Amino acid sequence: MSVATTVSRTSSPRPTPSQGAGFLTGLKVFTARSLKHSFRDAESLLMAVMLPLMLMLIFTFIFGESIAAGQGGDRGDYLAYVLPAIALTAAGFGASYTAVVVSNDMTTGFMNRLRTMPFPSVTVLLGHTASSMVRNLLATAVVVAVAFALGFRTEASVMQFSGAVGLIALWILVITVVFAVLGMVAGSAEAASGYGFILLFLPYVSSGFAPVETMPGWLRGFAGYQPMTPVIDASRALLNGQAPGSEWWIGVLWCAGFIAAAVWLAAAIFPRKVAR
Amino acid sequence: MPYTDEWLIEIAGLSKSYGQRHVLQDLNLALAPGIHALLGPNGAGKTTLVNILSTLIRYDAGRARVLGLDPQRDRAQLQKLISLTGQYAAVDGALTGAENMLMMGRLFGLSRREARRRADELLERFELSAAAGRRVATYSGGMRRKLDIAASLIAGPRLIFLDEPTTGLDTRSRQALWDEINALAATGTSIFLTTQYLEEADVLAEQIMVLHGGSIIAAGTAPELKQRVGGSTIQLHDEAGHLLQEVPTRGSAADVARDLTALARTRPEATVTVRRPTLDEVFLQLTGAPAGQNQKDETPA
Repeated sequence: MSVATTVSRTSSPRPTPSQGAGFLTGLKVFTARSLKHSFRDAESLLMAVMLPLMLMLIFTFIFGESIAAGQGGDRGDYLAYVLPAIALTAAGFGASYTAVVVSNDMTTGFMNRLRTMPFPSVTVLLGHTASSMVRNLLATAVVVAVAFALGFRTEASVMQFSGAVGLIALWILVITVVFAVLGMVAGSAEAASGYGFILLFLPYVSSGFAPVETMPGWLRGFAGYQPMTPVIDASRALLNGQAPGSEWWIGVLWCAGFIAAAVWLAAAIFPRKVAR
Repeated sequence: MPYTDEWLIEIAGLSKSYGQRHVLQDLNLALAPGIHALLGPNGAGKTTLVNILSTLIRYDAGRARVLGLDPQRDRAQLQKLISLTGQYAAVDGALTGAENMLMMGRLFGLSRREARRRADELLERFELSAAAGRRVATYSGGMRRKLDIAASLIAGPRLIFLDEPTTGLDTRSRQALWDEINALAATGTSIFLTTQYLEEADVLAEQIMVLHGGSIIAAGTAPELKQRVGGSTIQLHDEAGHLLQEVPTRGSAADVARDLTALARTRPEATVTVRRPTLDEVFLQLTGAPAGQNQKDETPA
């Protein structure tokens, strides 16, 4: 049926339309917003730094001696061995926060409103990503600093050291975008952090904490070839001043593949996802 | 595409389905600038219509123009002229009230300085100045709602969509928000609001559309809609307030006096009230079920 209604028209001055914001303004606004989130949520920030620290202390002082003994080394050798794995595991902890904040934005109607506004709404996600990078690199820096305090020494050149940090940063980006996509598809923030929990076990089944050769045969296949292993092996080599061999580009390729897949998924899901 | 001052919203044959579920069916509307309320129970399709008009989702068929612009084709242009305040306060709890306002201002393209000036002005107007430096997570539901609406005004939109603006608020906050919405309308901003509260539509809107099962089944001013269920009634109650008798009346002083004279003979001690029909009754008449209780005969929500 057809219904038409009319009311007396108020002759108000026509307001000037707003200009809308560009990509860069959006990126700036949302990076600032996400950083405020990170640094105001004191508990999450503390967790992001404390968890990797505790992980490092546990592995160094509780398991370190006995694991290293099997390889003919001591606690100090194990610290040098486990350091990249601790940094990458920490990245997983820290990045799981991204799933929660993205999910919050998607399910509370916040994103819906932003999508009716004149700016590229993908900058919301990029802001969360940038903030996750900052937060996790900070945690990595603390981990490395404490490692030095515990007696870690290296002959790595500046180039090698930067290469290791670069690889770790690349993995942080990978795990952040994966968590961002999880946050997008999860029905709630709780579910998002639940999915993320599974991913946090990934580093243990790699060459990160114990040599793959010491694992049972059925596990070796996965542990030896899963994406974290080349990233960890290459970072470890670089951190300790050795040549990373072919591991580094295998690691980089894995990372690039994950990022491409996550961006592709995000591009497919994000425009359609409207909170109901 | 130029503005047209002709119609605020113009819809012809608009339809939207999710799979087999027809949420909106062949909707037709032409609304002039002003305050309009879309009234309907849960699942009637209110939010879907608002989401289409505010560029959030696409429609399947028909034609839609908002301020003369197609929400699909002219999305970017339309977004500069409208703002949406959804069902849940879309404000950021980790930021302060002022930071939320600034953020929205910047995203509408205001300079930092202009955004700050407008933010101060609006926070003042919505009596949020004292709380401006506090994190929104500490706000009450009513304050969040107010901030939400203030934020949507920061760039001076020509039309704002309010999707169930008072759902979940207590009576006092609801009343306060109604005052704000009325004040807002007085400044010349057009408002398209959805509500499941008949009283809200009655208090706020110049024009009410009743949406039921994806179609608009009636439209008009509140008095016009009430007219549809006939005139007033005289009600007689006993001392305990129980309804004794209800008699239709044409409502004029002479009519009521005559009707009462007759009633006074049989029930001299009864208390008298003259009741005008409520929108609830209109709703009942139009849909065959009271508001909020007619989901069962609709497509599932």
